[in-house]
Amino acid sequence: MSPSNISPTSQASKLVLETQGITKRFPGVLANDRVDLTLRRGEILALLGENGAGKSTLMNVVYGLYQADSGEVFVKGSPVRLQNPRDAISLGVGMVHQHFQLVPVMTVAENVILGAEVTRTGGLINHRAAAKQVADLSRRYGLEVDPTATVEDLPVGIQQRVEIIKALYRHADVLILDEPTAVLTPHESQELFQIMRGLTSQGVSIIFITHKLKEVLAVADRIMVMRAGRMVGETMPDESTEKSLASMMVGRDVLLQVEKMPANPEKTVLSVDGLVCLDDRKHRVLNGVSFEVRSGEILGIAGVQGNGQTELVEVLTGLRFAAGGTFQFDGKSFRKSNPRRINEAGAGHIPENRQRYGMVLSYTVAENMILNRYYDAPFTRTMMLDQTAIETYASALVEEFDVRTPSIHTPSGSLSGGNQQKLVVAREVGRKLRLLVAAQPTRGLDVGSIEFIHRRIVDERDAGVAVLLVSSELDEILFLADRIAVMYKGKIIATVAADQATRDELGLLMAGITT
Amino acid sequence: MDSSLVLIAVLRSTLRQSTPITLGALSGLFCERVGVINIAIEGMMLTAAYMGYMTNVLTGNLILSVIVAVLSGGLMALLHAWLSIHFKVVQIISGTVINILAVGLTGYFYQPGAVTKGKLQSVTVPVLSDIPIIGDVFFNNGPLTYLAVALVFVVNVVLFRTRWGLRMRAVGEHPSAADTLGINVISTRYINVVIGGMLAGLAGAYLTLEAVGSFERLMTNGRGFISLAAMIFGKWTPLGGWAAALLFGAANAVQTQIQFSGNVTIPHQFIGMLPYVLTVIVLAGFVGRARPPAAIGRPYEPE
Repeated sequence: MSPSNISPTSQASKLVLETQGITKRFPGVLANDRVDLTLRRGEILALLGENGAGKSTLMNVVYGLYQADSGEVFVKGSPVRLQNPRDAISLGVGMVHQHFQLVPVMTVAENVILGAEVTRTGGLINHRAAAKQVADLSRRYGLEVDPTATVEDLPVGIQQRVEIIKALYRHADVLILDEPTAVLTPHESQELFQIMRGLTSQGVSIIFITHKLKEVLAVADRIMVMRAGRMVGETMPDESTEKSLASMMVGRDVLLQVEKMPANPEKTVLSVDGLVCLDDRKHRVLNGVSFEVRSGEILGIAGVQGNGQTELVEVLTGLRFAAGGTFQFDGKSFRKSNPRRINEAGAGHIPENRQRYGMVLSYTVAENMILNRYYDAPFTRTMMLDQTAIETYASALVEEFDVRTPSIHTPSGSLSGGNQQKLVVAREVGRKLRLLVAAQPTRGLDVGSIEFIHRRIVDERDAGVAVLLVSSELDEILFLADRIAVMYKGKIIATVAADQATRDELGLLMAGITT
Repeated sequence: MDSSLVLIAVLRSTLRQSTPITLGALSGLFCERVGVINIAIEGMMLTAAYMGYMTNVLTGNLILSVIVAVLSGGLMALLHAWLSIHFKVVQIISGTVINILAVGLTGYFYQPGAVTKGKLQSVTVPVLSDIPIIGDVFFNNGPLTYLAVALVFVVNVVLFRTRWGLRMRAVGEHPSAADTLGINVISTRYINVVIGGMLAGLAGAYLTLEAVGSFERLMTNGRGFISLAAMIFGKWTPLGGWAAALLFGAANAVQTQIQFSGNVTIPHQFIGMLPYVLTVIVLAGFVGRARPPAAIGRPYEPE
């Protein structure tokens, strides 16, 4: 090895992974700009940054999915060339992607061994030996999972363990976790953190990618922050606060919690009474839900995902028929109605899946801005779309809601997640509303966009709109809601005033424990 | 006619009629399990039937003829793979292109009146063929018929018990997962599509080298499409596909037998429709319930 190949900063064997000057350019974007990163043996390094800061790009370079334009990766002190994930795996680098790379119809054991199978002669798979190896790994690292279970039957938290076992099975001692808590409940996240500590105590080093500040402070040994493709800082958890981390991430001071005045609720706008509904598989997912939302207040529906919140929102916005019960909006019943009628009555809807239900990805920003009103004046005159009116309106909203887009004629699909969400919010609240139904309004968004959207939701409330906020982020509910209803197994099991609610109490309620 | 003779005739006919469909279903299986739709089984079969037949006409070497048929099926599949995997052409279009190409080529080069030098003869299995009925039905067949049945079990083991099969299924279900584990999605797809084409080629060989012994224009007569139906009805499994192929074979055998007996007043065209009507019913009734490989029809785009 020539001297120039030895990493200058690698002190003995303490550094298990290091990048030097990684630069990666995509058409029009400098995703990574001379990024240096170090990972020490047995530590949890939090890699913090907003969406689009370049965290995932950097990790994909380290995992061999992308080739850097320049710069070097060192694994255990030696420079390496990573052409594909197989190279990274053979060097002991494992990655758990945000979207799980698991084959749903296969068993846990099959998923684990895929690509590195335990075989007998003739390529026959030794299923028993595979199951045993998986069981051994899960015992050793405290990752409880049944090797013979089919992956699609498992909850997300367990599927994630399968991903970790997959990496460990390949003898990974560097583990990259890409936004692992995005899909987990608070309780599952706590379990994951315990698993992570267990892994580091056995010599595994972990890069934990996230933009959730609380988690970083709770679990990281060291923190590195990226912004706009660059590494902008390194710090320790005991030297940091959520606020200091947020400003490092965003590059300016951020309000983590938007300021709001006490609510001023007036008359009831939405009243839901004994709502029952079935999901697509004909299972009863709403089991007699009743609540009221009044003008000028935010009712937050907390709960672990999959307890009927999705279907509740679908019923209230006309996307699904209720099997029983009623709901009244401004005194009129809309139980068997359609989205357009409810929309025209003054209800805005920020859907939980913005790309699927919030917009037509191949339409331009301007076209998406008028999706809920394209058929009316001033956008349509005598059956023809009035382009001038549409453009004027869309430009004004883009301006007001700070949607960062090259032009209003850009297809919405090419915007970033945060800007897509701002587009949806702009369309929905860009007109006079009576009711706003916001489902997971900031899922997957960065701190800056979250702040903006939270501000708009509170503004709507202050303008006298009744707001129903559905979120599985407890913080979001605590920051925004005036009253909090907890949903569990298709029922509202408790409603509390937000200023009297505690995280612990809500956490227990979300797990179905009522005292 | 003696009823046991009728039974034997129908059962024998069932097995024989089902052979090309069984092979066709396996062909479809290899393609679709890796995520490539293959509606071109028909065209691959027809090409192979023609190529096998012409090789037989020219050389008289039956083994060489079978090999040529199999390779020509594989070659057509390579074209399908190239179009749909490399160029990411919509797989239905690519398959249609191949079907049309096969009809055109074989029709154009078809030589009426060409004389073959024999066909594959039945092989009687000693002892086993002496069992009443069963012996006649199962142990007195042409070599490709035995081979087709054997392949059903071989493919079943390959698909569900081997490393190769596990990787195939992973590529068809979740290609990016396979990719991140170091499995080459593109080459896995190429190889298995070509194997699928070779199986369709074997079905074509069966038609001209074992069943009929001569070639006619459009002689596959929809068997490729029925194979596809059998594969779907069999839920993308070799054993299921075989069972479905036997069902279609039985429909054909019964249809032939009814026409043969001559004492029915239904017009023969209607009786001849039986296997096709069955296909429609089966597909209308069962397709919704079967679950195809998740990545089917989608070209692989690495992230």
